[in-house]
Amino acid sequence: MLQQFLDSLIADGTLGGMPRDVAYLIGMLGAGALVVFGFVLNISGVTTFVERRVWARIQSRIGPNRVGPQGILQWLADGIKLLMKEEAIPFAADSALFKLAPFVVTVGFITAFVAVPFSSALVIADLNLGILYITSMTSLVVVGIMIAGWASNNKWSLIGGIRAAAQIVSYEIPAALSIFTVILITGTLSMQGIIQQQGWGPWDWFIFHSPFTFVGFFITFVSLLAEGNRTPFDLPEAESELVAGFVTEYSGARYLFFFLVEWGNLYVISAILVTLFLGGWQVPMIPGLAESPFWLNLTQAVTFIVKSYAGVITMMWIRATLPRVRVDQLMSTCWKYLLPIAFVNFMGTALWVLIWPEGFRFAELALTLLGFSMVVYFFYRVVFHLRRSGAELTFSPLS
Amino acid sequence: MSIAGFEVEVDRGRGLETEEMTLNMGPQHPSTHGVLRFVVKADGEIMRRAIPDVGYLHRSIEKISEKVGYHGFMPYTDRVDYVAAMFCNQGWGMVTEKLADIEVPKRGEYCRVIAAELNRISSHLLSVGTMILDIGAITPFFHAFREREKINDLLEELCGARLTYNYMRIGGVAWDLPPGYEEKVLAFLSQFDRMLEEYDDLVTSNKLFRARCSGVAAISPADAAAYNLVGPNLRACGVRYDVRRDEPYSVYPELEFDVPVGTGSAGAVGDSFDRYLVRILEIKESIKILRQCFQQIPDGPVVAKVPRKLKPPAGDVQIRVESARGDMSWYAVSDGSEFPYRCKVRTGSFAAMGMIEELSKGLMLADLVTVIASLDIVAPEVDR
Repeated sequence: MLQQFLDSLIADGTLGGMPRDVAYLIGMLGAGALVVFGFVLNISGVTTFVERRVWARIQSRIGPNRVGPQGILQWLADGIKLLMKEEAIPFAADSALFKLAPFVVTVGFITAFVAVPFSSALVIADLNLGILYITSMTSLVVVGIMIAGWASNNKWSLIGGIRAAAQIVSYEIPAALSIFTVILITGTLSMQGIIQQQGWGPWDWFIFHSPFTFVGFFITFVSLLAEGNRTPFDLPEAESELVAGFVTEYSGARYLFFFLVEWGNLYVISAILVTLFLGGWQVPMIPGLAESPFWLNLTQAVTFIVKSYAGVITMMWIRATLPRVRVDQLMSTCWKYLLPIAFVNFMGTALWVLIWPEGFRFAELALTLLGFSMVVYFFYRVVFHLRRSGAELTFSPLS
Repeated sequence: MSIAGFEVEVDRGRGLETEEMTLNMGPQHPSTHGVLRFVVKADGEIMRRAIPDVGYLHRSIEKISEKVGYHGFMPYTDRVDYVAAMFCNQGWGMVTEKLADIEVPKRGEYCRVIAAELNRISSHLLSVGTMILDIGAITPFFHAFREREKINDLLEELCGARLTYNYMRIGGVAWDLPPGYEEKVLAFLSQFDRMLEEYDDLVTSNKLFRARCSGVAAISPADAAAYNLVGPNLRACGVRYDVRRDEPYSVYPELEFDVPVGTGSAGAVGDSFDRYLVRILEIKESIKILRQCFQQIPDGPVVAKVPRKLKPPAGDVQIRVESARGDMSWYAVSDGSEFPYRCKVRTGSFAAMGMIEELSKGLMLADLVTVIASLDIVAPEVDR
């Protein structure tokens, strides 16, 4: 699409005598910048705002509500403030690596967006390696974190960086194994391909495909939480232990980039889960919708973003509720529990696919029922606790 | 060593060695609760030793008493332990009353106990709230502080201050209970009961929290006695000792309450979880005491007639108060003039601080903050 547009510009001479390759390069950079500044950074920013408001409600506070209506521009104010602040580089730090680290982290996060499918057409590049590409790109983040920890020349930062490395490398294995269970079913790595094989109804989602994928969903969720350094696995930046972990010495825009990635990663984690297990952008085929590509894609994109944000808010909820695990508990969770279960899941799914290549409708419906009853029971417990504590129930998200 | 008939010398080197890392934790560190400093010798994540370095908050409070006189020293006692200032007030009041042989009116004693027990609840709330915050959960801290705010409001209504109360006077208290105070406190308590249940659901029964605390820095009763641990820290080790019960003062003999001790419900007896749980149970006992106080409080004056220029007869006196951080001992010497000759305070945090070096051996780095928080160390109380 971009290529056609540039070709037409070159053909009618708007670009003068610019060489074709240069025009392509500029066009790609421009489009990339548009995507990054118009969408990716905003997702991070809006997520920080949502997180602060959600937390505030959970913690019986009000939260930011001054900048813009209901404080919705707070993230912009914070970002601008951080951009304009002086950036201090510690005297003893390795200045080159210190400056490099935020970029590595940011690249690892932004490039992951390339393969995130928002609708059947709205995807920057539908790579045939899709999910593998995303997993490998998000692993770049750990390199940046380690560089940051080492280059700061601060012992707290170093411990944070090393913790991050140990944690992310360990949790990548169960995460990858659980992702493979889905790939066993689909036979494709492409994100669009995975979504196309699911349906709009929950019984067609891969989470309810077999008992093994059902467990696999939770393993993936926990592992990705750990990879994204989220509570209860936020050890690399445990503020009560390590001051601020690997970001201790950072300030100004570089600090901003680390937090951009932290909150942007929330969305990436959710998008991966939604794509693999929760049906992606699939919407019911209402007659008339299929004829208009614009409305179809809009509905799909809204579905995808709503599903992803449900995941993001769940992660915020978890962060507001749970304490942090200790390093030894973190490691034993991964190697003693998640990894063996992930292996069993992998083998189980292989068998399942061998026996029922087209899926087993009864199991799918039963698991859907199980999943929904879990959700219903959860909300019943929430209401039960609220009733017992005699709290006032207000459902207004504003105020 | 011989290989194929040749004598070969092999330099094995020193093998893989790791260096001990010296970490400086504090005085500016988010979880040292004030200006505490620890020099941590660590091997990676595992601590070899954490050496406490005290003295950052030393304000010569004991020396000040020698220059300001008996009445004038009362506001300074607030600063000994600003989280639980009522107990310091009470301690100074009691030591002077014993020196000068002053009888406190009954209503005054009840007012003291009401204020002190409210303060105990707020201090314990701060302690458990920051402990769970140090372990990494954020919400319970806010819930604890929300309730603490309500107690602060109640105490503000009682004495006009929210932190450094200066409520008690030698011979009683400064002001009687304001009108309608009983209803307000009782309404708060009935609401607070439900909040405690919620807190139990959120924190006490949380598996991650239990896993973080169980077995961490378990203290045996013998060790606790050797290091002179007091208060909730001592009771968590299974020793049923409470000054309010064993060396009763004020009107505590007339009140019924239990002395909760650690039972090792999450792991070992005397571990961090027991110290947490004992505080939660003590909050419940304080609620019981408060309810009884309002039933039993008599009418009458709240403060005895005490001369403006108080000159106690020469002699020395020592009293003990069960503060929120345990057995707080006040010792004063009078030389017959209007200024004390010497005053000495012994506080619970100081003993607990001394034990950290012993406890920290072989723990994980993350456990150090758990230990500091579970021992409920308040920096000003260490240094005075």
